[in-house]
Amino acid sequence: MTTPYELWDEARGAEIIAEHAQQEGATLVILHALQEAFGYVPEAAIPMVAQALNLSRAEVHGVFTFYHDFRHKPAGRHVLKLCRAEACQAAGGDALAARAEAKLGVSLGNTTADDRVTLEPIYCLGLCATAPSAMLDGRLIGRLDQKRLDALVAEAQR
Amino acid sequence: MSMRLYVSRDAGALAVGADEVALALEQAAAKRGVAVEIVRTGSRGLYWLEPLVEVATPQGRIAFGPVTESDVPSLLDALASNTPHLLRLGATDEIPWLKRQTRLTFARCGVIDPRSLDDYRAHGGYKGLERALSLGSDAILTEVTASGLRGRGGAGFPTGIKWKTVAQAKADRKFIVCNADEGDSGTFADRMIMEGDPFLVIEGMTIAGLTVGATKGYIYIRSEYPHAVEAMNAAIQAARRGGYLGDKIGGSAYSFDLEVRVGAGAYVCGEETSLLESLEGRRGIVRAKPPLPAHHGLFGKPTVINNVLSFAAIPFILAEGAKAYADFGMGRSRGTMPIQLAGNIRYGGLFETAFGVTLGELVDDIGGGTFTGRPVRAVQVGGPLGAYFPRALFDTPFDYEAFAARDGLIGHGGIVVFDDSVDMRRQARFAMEFCAIESCGKCTPCRIGSTRGVETIEKIIHGERVSENLALIEDLCNTMKFGSLCALGGFTPYPVLSALKHFREDFVPAPTTLQAAE
Repeated sequence: MTTPYELWDEARGAEIIAEHAQQEGATLVILHALQEAFGYVPEAAIPMVAQALNLSRAEVHGVFTFYHDFRHKPAGRHVLKLCRAEACQAAGGDALAARAEAKLGVSLGNTTADDRVTLEPIYCLGLCATAPSAMLDGRLIGRLDQKRLDALVAEAQR
Repeated sequence: MSMRLYVSRDAGALAVGADEVALALEQAAAKRGVAVEIVRTGSRGLYWLEPLVEVATPQGRIAFGPVTESDVPSLLDALASNTPHLLRLGATDEIPWLKRQTRLTFARCGVIDPRSLDDYRAHGGYKGLERALSLGSDAILTEVTASGLRGRGGAGFPTGIKWKTVAQAKADRKFIVCNADEGDSGTFADRMIMEGDPFLVIEGMTIAGLTVGATKGYIYIRSEYPHAVEAMNAAIQAARRGGYLGDKIGGSAYSFDLEVRVGAGAYVCGEETSLLESLEGRRGIVRAKPPLPAHHGLFGKPTVINNVLSFAAIPFILAEGAKAYADFGMGRSRGTMPIQLAGNIRYGGLFETAFGVTLGELVDDIGGGTFTGRPVRAVQVGGPLGAYFPRALFDTPFDYEAFAARDGLIGHGGIVVFDDSVDMRRQARFAMEFCAIESCGKCTPCRIGSTRGVETIEKIIHGERVSENLALIEDLCNTMKFGSLCALGGFTPYPVLSALKHFREDFVPAPTTLQAAE
């Protein structure tokens, strides 16, 4: 599978920033747009955002680091998110998270050495009545059990 | 004549295979040369029956569920020959779990096509706005106040008073902000209504704008809800095309428009002032109050900020009148609450009912106990900041004051059920851990207290000076409760202290009988 993201390019970055810079309070909107295009927010983009919005680099860096969603480097080819909040804990999510960590050989929040899979915790997908739940590259999976989890991990490793 | 089928496109249904079932139905029908029209609705909220397939008949809709791809051929056979099927549930409206609800806010959810403005209008949509336009600001405020509606996000502040404050404020611009940062575990009502009946949220916000004199609104949706973001954006575009957003809405002299903004994975942004900071493009750091957002809110302007469910309750109140809403409920909790049954539960989903139903009825009777079949030991009500209740308190009625009187909160109406395998020490530690991860860092009790809390509970788990550390935790919780700037640090003590109080046996090792050495 090839990555769905573009390679970082300054002119393209500037174009994305210009597209949203006129909105009120545009910082998050721009960071989301950059990450959507490149798969992460390249460090080189931070001063460009600051300049476009008449903010300091520190302010933009502060926003970038405050939010869990923004990445400073690309994720693995697949991102597997496991819900770790209470409703999924109640439904056996702890054991499933441990199983995924063991199978992939990484702890939550990390990427496998071959860059294939990023395993992340997520705090609530809002699928609490069909817990435990997960998300693989944007696809939702509910009523997770060992068998389904193993299939997901295998799919992510492909 | 083609057969009309309904399959949900709600994220909760997609997570258990609704898309695959819809596709299988389409393909199998085509293969048989049967004409079918598949309408993708929101969810009825009976999640143990998802994917639910409904078929339109002259007598109303008939439901089947939970349907898997492999059930599709036999299902089509049964429909073609009008013969019984194992998954047949009968008329959807007669399913007892649905029938015993009072669906005022969720009346259309799971029924209509959420992408269709015509469908919304055909099912009573925009009647609230029509009446609001004829009433004018003062009369709307009277209605909303008389309905007794209190903020459904968790704080329970009277909506009418909030709106009146903004209406009376003088400013060149005012804003309407919808808090759709539904981060509490065990809650999904906002997500369901945004995915299943998005025009309802738009209508509620439009009425708010008309009332207070705001022409711009924002819906701040958490990034964990991509399907809700898509549904709201599609509905906003449809409402603009239909003349319900933009200039001269519904043929009136009034203008109002909406924009969706997406969060970025910070739980604390569900706190209203943090959300406003985030909307302005900054770190989601909590603001000190006063000034209230009603006076000094988004971009420093007077702002109505309400939860999705608060806005979603408004069209009914305007269309049917305040009394029709206030007739439901108990004490100072008027109307209905969309309650969400979640976690280790047999019949999980969305149960909208008048305030006053007891916790025991919700968990045992309606929820059917645990899906593991083991006894229910604890339920957490109101999200990660809500208290854990033991069976002994199952007589507590669902009401803001009744829960507060028992050191709990109803929050956003989520109930997470745990069976007897739960270790309450771990749940207490998780509450502190979650607070530490999500703290915005502005105030010391929350920022440092949560980390110290995790460490201290760790010590208790390892049996280190248990009684002293328990006293320390209680002291720390007091500091956090009274010294934190917002509900994150201020309410994290609820799950911790309730676990300590009601499940003490998990923290203190059972006394071992001393026996003389032989």
